[in-house]
This record gives sequence, C-alpha cells and structure tokens, in this order.
Amino acid sequence: MAKSTKTSFARRGFLKGAAVGAAAGATALVSTPQQANAQAPAAPTRGAAPPSAAQVEAERNAGSGAPPFIERPGADYMIDVIKSLGVEYFIANPGSSFRGIHESLVSYGGNKPEFITCNHEEIAAAMCNGYAKIEGKPAVTAVHGTVGTQHAAMAIYNSYCDQAPMIVLAGNRRDSSERRSYVEWVHSVQDAAAMVRDYTKWDDNPGSLEHWGESMVRGYHLATMAPQMPVMLVCDEDLQEDPYPDNFKGHIPKLPVNVQPAIDAGTANEVAKMLLAAENPVILTGKAARTPKGVQLLVELAELLQCAVVDQKRRMNFPNRHPLNQTLRQRPVLQQADLIVGLEVWDFYGSIHTLGGRFKTEARSITKADAKLISISANDLFFKSNYQTFFRNTEVDMSVAADGEASLPALIEAVKRQLTDDRKRTLAERGKKLGEAQKQALEQTRVAASQGWDSSPISTARMSMELYGAVKNEDWSLVSDSFWVSNWPQRLWDMNKHYHYIGGAGGEGVGYLAPATVGAALANKKYGRLSVSIQPDGDLMYQPGALWTAAHHRIPILILVHNNRAYHQEIMQLQRMAGQHNRGFEQCGIGTTITDPNIDYAKVAQGLGVEAFGPVTNPAELGPAIKRGVEVVKSGRPYLIDVVTQGR
Amino acid sequence: MKRLVIITFLASLGYGQGNAEHGKVVFEKLYCSACHGHDGQGGSSGPRIGTKPPAVAVLIAYVRKPAGGMPPFTAKIVSDADLTDIHAYLSSRPAPPALKDVPLLNQ
Ligand code: HEC
Repeated sequence: MAKSTKTSFARRGFLKGAAVGAAAGATALVSTPQQANAQAPAAPTRGAAPPSAAQVEAERNAGSGAPPFIERPGADYMIDVIKSLGVEYFIANPGSSFRGIHESLVSYGGNKPEFITCNHEEIAAAMCNGYAKIEGKPAVTAVHGTVGTQHAAMAIYNSYCDQAPMIVLAGNRRDSSERRSYVEWVHSVQDAAAMVRDYTKWDDNPGSLEHWGESMVRGYHLATMAPQMPVMLVCDEDLQEDPYPDNFKGHIPKLPVNVQPAIDAGTANEVAKMLLAAENPVILTGKAARTPKGVQLLVELAELLQCAVVDQKRRMNFPNRHPLNQTLRQRPVLQQADLIVGLEVWDFYGSIHTLGGRFKTEARSITKADAKLISISANDLFFKSNYQTFFRNTEVDMSVAADGEASLPALIEAVKRQLTDDRKRTLAERGKKLGEAQKQALEQTRVAASQGWDSSPISTARMSMELYGAVKNEDWSLVSDSFWVSNWPQRLWDMNKHYHYIGGAGGEGVGYLAPATVGAALANKKYGRLSVSIQPDGDLMYQPGALWTAAHHRIPILILVHNNRAYHQEIMQLQRMAGQHNRGFEQCGIGTTITDPNIDYAKVAQGLGVEAFGPVTNPAELGPAIKRGVEVVKSGRPYLIDVVTQGR
Repeated sequence: MKRLVIITFLASLGYGQGNAEHGKVVFEKLYCSACHGHDGQGGSSGPRIGTKPPAVAVLIAYVRKPAGGMPPFTAKIVSDADLTDIHAYLSSRPAPPALKDVPLLNQ
C-alpha cells in the first residue's frame, strides 16, 4: 500500500517527532501534522503546505503548551461515507484495530449509525444476517482483521449461504513500522480478507481514503445486488487515524440505484407459454420473495396460473394458507408435475430426488421422466468453487440467470398476454381442486399436531401452537426457523406477510439462531412488531451473549427455548451409525445430550439481564407463561421462557 | 408350561402382556423416543406409533427390518420381550383429544 507523498504523513511519526520536539524545547509542538512531518527525521519527504486557519489555531494552542491534535482523522470520512449509505446499525464487539472508526462514529458521527454492542464477533455478524433478512439491506459490522475475522467467519458464511447482505469492516495495521506492541503484530495480517474470500462476494484493501470511499460504496452496491451477500472492506489503521491528506476533499461517491438482473421479455414469453400449456405446473420457491413486493407478485403469478406453489421454507415467499400453497403436499405435487419452475431454488436436485440408501446414497428422481424443469436464479450469475453451495448438477431444461423476484413482473405480463378466457376457466378448475386438497392436508396436519398434546416433555406442536395462540392477533414476526420443531409453525400458522418467516441459518452453522434472531428483532423494533423465536437449546449455548445485547439495547423479543436437552439431531445421526454397525444404541447419548446438570436457561437469561421464566414441563402452564412474556415484550423488553420439550 | 405357551401365543397375536413401565425405560434407553417422541406421538423424524401401535408381532418384525430412515434393531440389541414391553408402553399412551376440543388447533 503505497502512500502518496501528499498523504505520507504518519501519525505515529508525527507523535514521535512531537515528543522529540518537546524534549528540545517545545517549539516543534506548534506544528500541524504536515509541519511536524516535515520536521520528523524519519519522514523527510513530507511537504509543508501553507498554514491553514486550523494550523494557526493549533499553533496558538501549542504555544500555550497544549499538545497537538488531529483535527480531521480519516475515520471521520469513513463515517461520512457509511452515513451516506443510510446504514442504521454498526453492530460490533469493540476492537483496537478499528478504534479510529469506533471513536469517529460515537463522537463525530453522533453514534449514527447506532453502535450495537456485542460480546462476540460471531454475534455481531449473525445479527447483521438476521437484520438484513427483515430490513432487506445491510448493517455494518467491524472486526479485527485477524482474531475478529476468525470469530465472525461462521456467521459470515451463514450469511453468504443465506444471501443476506452485510458489510464487514476489518481493522488492520499494514505498516509494520507503525505497530507498537507484539499485540499489534499478532493482530496484523497481509491479506485480512483471505480468510473469508471464499464466502464473501467481494473484498478490498484500500490504500487511500479516496479509495476507501469508492470501495465502501461499491461494496454496498455489490452486497445488495442479487445474489446478495456479505462483502469485506479492510480498514487500514493508518488510514483511520491519520489526518485527511492535503487536498482531500472528502468526496462521497454516488450509490447507484440497483436494477436487479431480470428475465428478458422473450424468455419470459417462452416460460409463460410453457406454464400455460402445462397440465400440472408447479412453482417451486426458495427465496423468490426478496422483499414484501415479491410476495405480492408471486401471489399474482400463481393466481393467474391457478397452479401449485411449493415452498422450500427458506423464508416467507407465499402465504401458507393460500389455497394454491401445496407445501404440505410437496411430494405428490412434485411427482405429478409436468413442469417445475424454480424461483431461487436451493438445492434443486435435492428437491426432486429422494436420497435414501442405508449405506451408500441412492438418489431416485421423484418427478415424471418427461417433466420439464426451469430454473430462474441469480445464483447462476455468481459462482465460487471451494464451498459447495452450488449443489448437485440438476438436469434442468432451461436455466435463466436472473433474480427470481425481479423476473416476476415480466412473467406476469407475459402470462396475462397469452391467457385466453377459455384457458382461464380450465385453470380455475385446477385451482379449486388444489384448494380442496390443501384443506384436507391442513386437517391431517392438525390431527398430527394433536398427538401427544398433553405430553411432558412438551410436544413441539403444543409449544408452537401455544405461542401462535398468544401472538396471532399481534403484528408478529417469527424470527427463528421451524425446522427444529417439525415445521409446525410453517404448517399451521397463518403466515402471509414477508416478515412472518425468515428461515434459518443459510450454512446450517449452529450458533446462528440466538444472535440472528436478536438482529431480526432489532430490525422489527422500529415497526413495533412483536418478534418471537423458538430457540433450540444447543444453539443458544453457542452465543448466549446475544441475550445481553437484547437486554442492553432494549430489543423486544420473546424467546421460547426449545429445550430438548440434547444436540438432538446428533443422537439420530449416531443411531444411524449404530444401525449400520448393529451395536451401541444405548451409547448414542454420549456426547450428544446436554444433561447432568440440566442447564437452567431462565437463570442464564436472568444473569444476562433478560427477564425469564422456567423450566416449564407442564404443558398447561405454558400458555399463561407465554401470555406474561408477550406483555413484557410489548413493553419493549426481551423475555425468555425455558420450555422442556420432546426432541423435535 | 401350558400357560407359557398360551401367553406366548396371545402375545404373538398382539395381546401383549408386556410391562409398560419397563417398556418406557427401554424406549428411552434405546432412544426410540428421539425419533418418535417420548410418547410415540411422532414428528418430522419418525411417525406416530403411540396409543395405537401396530400389533406386537408386526412391530417386532418392523423394528428388525424397518423401512426408510429407521435404523434396524436386531435381537442382539433388543429382545422380543423388551419390544413387547415397548408395545405395552406405546399402547398405554392416552389418545389425543378430539380436534374440536382444542381451540389452539383451530386457529
Ligand atoms: C433414527 C430415528 C428412529 C429411531 C431411533 C427409531 N425409529 Fe422407528 N421409525 C423411524 C422412521 C423414520 C420410521 C418410518 C420409516 C418409513 O416408513 O420410511 C419409523 C417407523 C417405525 C414403526 C412403523 C410405524 C408404522 O406405522 O408403520 C415402528 C413400529 C417403529 N418405528 C418403532 C420403533 C421402535 C420401537 C424404536 C426403538 C427400538 C424405533 N422405532 C426407533 C425412525 C426411527
């Protein structure tokens, strides 16, 4: 990172020079940075600009014996740029390698974006992940380029898989002659972003403030362009802490309006033609709705076609009580399909195959041999090799490299143009049948949920429905995923708003949920939404500190701990192995259970400043406890209930 | 001897005289409960087998050579007698309430 002569003033050189000057009789201390540099023997090339008003003022102060100051550190500019992007939150665990930015933010910047204090970098990054999934835009987190990045790495990976944008700032001191202690040596790195390059969309290591500003705006732009992902920007400590270079005007680059990549009209016509001609077309959605508008558009398209929609539950894409939502009947619907149009589908191959086999994986297609497959996904626009997030090759008939949501308007228009009244009547018949089938499936699901209704440990169906009963008349947002509780919320709650469901950890990295749900609740806060979470116990113990952040920043969220006292999935994994080896079923609890002692999550929460109740083992006590919790959360505080539950 | 034959015969028909209390212990110890729920109520990892399990002989045959995602439990792992006890435990699980009596399931 070469410094221009103009910007080559080194902060520490300046301080060193100043100290020498002071020893020599204090006259050197009157200098502005530039003058001090000029005087510093270690930096003979630094130029001397004519004194500015500030310099004159500094001189006067110095004359009175006051030490010199840096009037305008580079970090102030960084904060100006961050502000220009409309970033709401700066979510971080403090670290000396970005102390310049931190101080500029809270002082010069008036703490806007607001600093959200976290106990761990993974919490901060995961909070950005959850925040982005509600708000649809990135928050900023900051880490040490070394140890902080190592901590944050899994959460960055989760975000990458989850296609949630975030901006990661990595502090680093590039210039070795400026490192003061061994700590600064072990906290410095040649290429800070290398560690996360495989799972970020872009990174840069700017060499000047001008470069930093351009890269910050570019990074924001890229992070929010589909497929949305984290980006990392390294923030050299000298850039943060040195004063503005001469002639640096602090220009803030313009952020362009992002026009997301969409299907072209010709291809849209072709896809519409196939959709209208098919007997049983299915729209398979992964993250089809990036925004609330996406939900509306998807409903419009499905209603025009009166076709089945199957949702992968990666977020709320399509209202789950809509008669065309056939997610409860996923298997038969996909089996009967003659055309499947995937919108931002995650693991297309896995969606249309069973992957059985006791020992080796046996893949069997569940679709008709002549079923046509179309994929519309921005994933085709962005590929990396190392991490295997591209899944098994699916033999699709057409792959459209475009964002699902951005492609919906063209598809809708094309369908409208080609739809005849005759066809409309036939399609309405199909829609009616689908609606009836869905009703039946819903009824069967309710019967299934009634099994073990009064059991203790409490059934996950009971817990889910008690929670729903207490919040359904509020403006609620389920910020956790439902996979760990047999998908009961997905199956039985009336989800129809974009923020009703945001899915789980993109990379299935455990430790995501507690902080990500607090991040999502932070985003929900300004809308006055009631955030609720069903929080697996195993995940909570990775980053329980997220609870403290919720308490400290008064982030309202109702957390029900799904306390099955185990890494429950891993018990089942061991059983699978035991079954392969004909031995050892009784030992499957070793290393997989979280008992002896049982963790008292209410006490853990209380210790972190969150009001809490539990453990609840009697299902009859759960409803009243949740009602109390809702009241606390509605008053603006987090609340946790420890619910002792069955496995899933 | 004659009585034993009769009991075995009845048990094989599904009139299991198994010990429900011991059945619960085995059901938990072998972690059948992990997939089927502590009361055999079922969930996303295993179907409902509580309250009305398949007949003892069917259950034993199934557990020895299961379908799909369930691991096999051979006689080396669990005896027929223990499975009979599991059957008794599962049969002793109360029937779920009628849907119409559960407002939370009608919302
Ligand atoms: C790792 C999870 C797992 C474990 C452990 C497990 N099961 Fe199962 N069980 C399943 C699954 C999944 C099925 C359904 C398989 C299918 O049809 O594809 C099943 C099916 C069954 C059935 C047949 C149900 C029916 O109506 O057809 C019985 C009976 C049964 N299990 C009993 C047991 C018993 C008893 C144990 C313990 C000794 C046990 N299971 C342990 C997962 C499990």
